[in-house]
Amino acid sequence: MKKIRFRKKHRLNRSAGGDMSINILLIVFGAFMFLPMVYAISQSLKPLDELWMFPPRFFVRSPTLKNFSDLFKLMSTSWVPFSRYIFNTALVAVGGTFGHLFIASMASYALTKIPFPGRNGMFQLVQKSLMFHQTVAAISNYIIMSALGWIDTYWALIIPAFGSTLGLYLMKQFMDSSVPDSVLESARLDGAKEVTIYWKIVMPMVKPAWLTLIVYSFQGLWNTGTSTYIYSEELKTFNYAIQQILAGGIVRSGAAAASTVIMMLVPITVFVITQSNIIETMASSGMKD
Amino acid sequence: MSEKTLAKNQPKPKLRKDMTMLQWTIRNMKVNWRGYAMVAPYYVIFLTFTIVPVILSFVLSFTNFNMLEMPRFVGIDNYIRLILDDDIFLLAIQNTLIFATMTGPFSYLLSLLFAWFINELTPKFRSVVTLIFYAPSISGQVYLIWQVLFSGDQYGYVNGILMKMGLINAPVLWFSDANYIMPLVIVVALWTSLGTSFLSFIAGFQVVDKSLYEAAAVDGIKNRWQELWFVTLPMMRNQMMFAAVMSITGAFGFGAIITALCGFPSPDYCAWTIMHHLEDYGGSRWEVGYASAIATVLFIIQIAANTIIGKMLSKVGK
Repeated sequence: MKKIRFRKKHRLNRSAGGDMSINILLIVFGAFMFLPMVYAISQSLKPLDELWMFPPRFFVRSPTLKNFSDLFKLMSTSWVPFSRYIFNTALVAVGGTFGHLFIASMASYALTKIPFPGRNGMFQLVQKSLMFHQTVAAISNYIIMSALGWIDTYWALIIPAFGSTLGLYLMKQFMDSSVPDSVLESARLDGAKEVTIYWKIVMPMVKPAWLTLIVYSFQGLWNTGTSTYIYSEELKTFNYAIQQILAGGIVRSGAAAASTVIMMLVPITVFVITQSNIIETMASSGMKD
Repeated sequence: MSEKTLAKNQPKPKLRKDMTMLQWTIRNMKVNWRGYAMVAPYYVIFLTFTIVPVILSFVLSFTNFNMLEMPRFVGIDNYIRLILDDDIFLLAIQNTLIFATMTGPFSYLLSLLFAWFINELTPKFRSVVTLIFYAPSISGQVYLIWQVLFSGDQYGYVNGILMKMGLINAPVLWFSDANYIMPLVIVVALWTSLGTSFLSFIAGFQVVDKSLYEAAAVDGIKNRWQELWFVTLPMMRNQMMFAAVMSITGAFGFGAIITALCGFPSPDYCAWTIMHHLEDYGGSRWEVGYASAIATVLFIIQIAANTIIGKMLSKVGK
């Protein structure tokens, strides 16, 4: 009893009733957020007769990994070898992510630390373009892609990812708040080139931001499904192939549940590993008018 | 901060009498040419795939382009047709506005509120609860689980429970019944919407200077709501602005979720939004000129929403 009173004394403006209601709200909404995810996992472990049981049960009664082995069996029978879809996703996700990381951080460095005329306007343009969703540009992008001859090539998926706006925005804001100019000035006095300063001094200082860029870019590209730019089966991504399985009806409902779980576990794992870095980056995400 | 120090290092144009403003700018451009070289790769790609498309669709919206014939200038015919002849477009605007006003602001408030609640937890709990709230937004197609939960047959979890309890006799076709689609889709969209803005708030609460709270308590702040309104939010104004932009943009990006849950088109067009109308004319019918007009309208709506909300937010705590 004494201990509790001691803690309360040190927390300003906090009432026990308020703490209680906050915890209740967190539990209620947490359940709303969490239970569908649990249900998705539970579904993937159910044998077929439990998936089609009345009344349906929330939790699996006799868990099995059969759905996952079914999924892999389905994968091995697909017309295009499944490893090809995985290769495509890996190529697009890795290529797009690292290209984006490299050119967006280089641009952020120049925008933050080199006082060339026009840089504020340039950054404003990126900031403003966060205000509309990419669907607005979809049709014109198709025209541009076909003018470039990139329809049905990897380029159509990889290159636009380089120019992602959120990545540049977060990187620039982070450099603004965490790279002091004094560090750069001494390097400049020593005669270091701008590119060297960017690569050797600034990049190691903004590790949380580039991890965030990698995670965001990877998540976006991982979830790239049916792209309108690609129609050759052998260039399509893992996510697309998974969606084909999802559309397969009752017989495949087990494999479909398994594939949903695989698709969700990868980005969640990546986030768990990088969470503290992402939060650190977000601390400087604020937008000045 | 850095802006100011940088400005200090540059010769101030007003103080120079031997140069005009233009000469000074050109000199400055020459001295800092490396800056242009370093931003060039990013801006070439960014302009090509983000800015040029917006301008291109604005231009094409005044033509009858169809990807096959040369485009011909038709004035504002496309816009007239949109407003006077296209009943489904008017329905789409209405649905989009309902959908966006239900998801955007609520997602924003939920992000703020729960980030605030989570901030009261101990650090260990904080990262676990953050993960629970954030996970649905990054998990790809996991929202399809709602289709299983609300499946239209008796094997759907919700139907099963309701039938077992005797509340309904026959399964409800949740995602095919025009009465239920919109509310359900909004719930699912909100479920996936605690994304970047939520993380931004989580981070924002953590970096507020703790000594401010003690000072505020001395000054007579009595409870946590006053603390939030008078101390925390004014400190987080930039975060709030960023999160608002992300929430608004997100509210116009749920087209794929709606399509996945209730089909394309949705029954009776009851969840048909401008995003779907755009996809229909641009992607299926190849009426690019007309679709460009739709894209331009959608663009203007988003920019207007952002401008209005931005103005409102700049008054917080003032």
